[in-house]
Amino acid sequence: MEGDRMNASVLRMRVRASVLFVFTLVCGPAEAHLNATGMGPLYDGLMHFLTSPEDLVPALALGLLAGLRGAPYGRRAIFALPVAWLMGSLLGLSAALASAGTLAASLWFLVLGGLVVADAKLSLRAMTALCALLGLVHGYLNGTGMGLSTQAIVATLGLSAAVFVVVVLVAALVVQLRAQWGRIAVRVGGSWIAASGILMLGWSVRGT
Amino acid sequence: MTPPTKHRSILAATTLVAALWAQSALAHILQGEAYGFVTGFLHPISGADHVLAMVAVGLWGAQLGAPAIWLLPVAFPLVMAMGGMLGFLGVPFPGVEYGIAASAIVLGAAVAFEVRPSPVIAALVVGCFAIFHGHAHGTELPAGQSALLYSMGFVIATGCLHAVGIGIGTAHRWTWGRQLLRGAGTVVAAGGVFFLWKAIA
Repeated sequence: MEGDRMNASVLRMRVRASVLFVFTLVCGPAEAHLNATGMGPLYDGLMHFLTSPEDLVPALALGLLAGLRGAPYGRRAIFALPVAWLMGSLLGLSAALASAGTLAASLWFLVLGGLVVADAKLSLRAMTALCALLGLVHGYLNGTGMGLSTQAIVATLGLSAAVFVVVVLVAALVVQLRAQWGRIAVRVGGSWIAASGILMLGWSVRGT
Repeated sequence: MTPPTKHRSILAATTLVAALWAQSALAHILQGEAYGFVTGFLHPISGADHVLAMVAVGLWGAQLGAPAIWLLPVAFPLVMAMGGMLGFLGVPFPGVEYGIAASAIVLGAAVAFEVRPSPVIAALVVGCFAIFHGHAHGTELPAGQSALLYSMGFVIATGCLHAVGIGIGTAHRWTWGRQLLRGAGTVVAAGGVFFLWKAIA
């Protein structure tokens, strides 16, 4: 009688342990990562820009340059760049090219970083042209490979919104700098961007 | 509870805890990307020879005053990037370790003796040594890591070390500060001699 009770208890324990073990083995994904769950195409576009240094740094450099030149340049950049970026990405949606490598981005690092270091006295028209060219090229490269769909169009809106936010924040921060050391710090930042561009150039030539 | 049943319970509990203790699979590409920046950032900081030379650039800039105070930290990363590019491309560069050690000796001596060349000459001296530092960073890119983020990491870390040097160099306005800087320069030069001896030995 005692032995039967003990056998039943052991059996119950084994069944419980087996059920627990099976449950731990068949657990589903935690879905804690944004790349697993997604936040919708608008935020996908936004996050793509914010997590791609190839796109983020040139926009940041343009914000620094516009800020150094003053408020009218900043105002021009915060509208011209996102609009050009949106147009470029919409143009690129139907393109088949999936990646253009890092050569274009490295050249932008070099050019914009160099202009910031030199505190180049660009005209407003030249600044607008620079914004248009950067937005069209990078927007086009972002758009390529996405395919023409409603979701992709919404993603391009997210991209442009992120560009707008970054340029607004950076340009506004630099415009209000009055101390000489603040402007020098911005120019030193430009040298870091240009230096990263030189290194990226070597990397893209090596093809890794 | 009899001993065999107790053992089985402990075994079951351990299995359950072990199963719940699972670590992340580290299968995402973004893991490597993040490590690229951190590895690059830590590279100049983790080498005392790099640290000495970078800080000395800031100290010398602060001693020389404007425009050298910003010209040297601008020139250094730009030329260093050229050296880094050679390293990425696998182009050999002779005597990198000797060059890095010599940079600490020369820049430390310049601070110790308060050498005051023209800003262009100072930038040229700093630039010559920057190639050695850049090449060392470029050749030591670990496999599988983002070269872009690694590059940005070591460029930013280098700039931060210059800023530390400039920050210490602000003591130059006081008499005791000038003595302190000259002492710091001597320490940097002595460190450079040690690293040169280590490279030769």
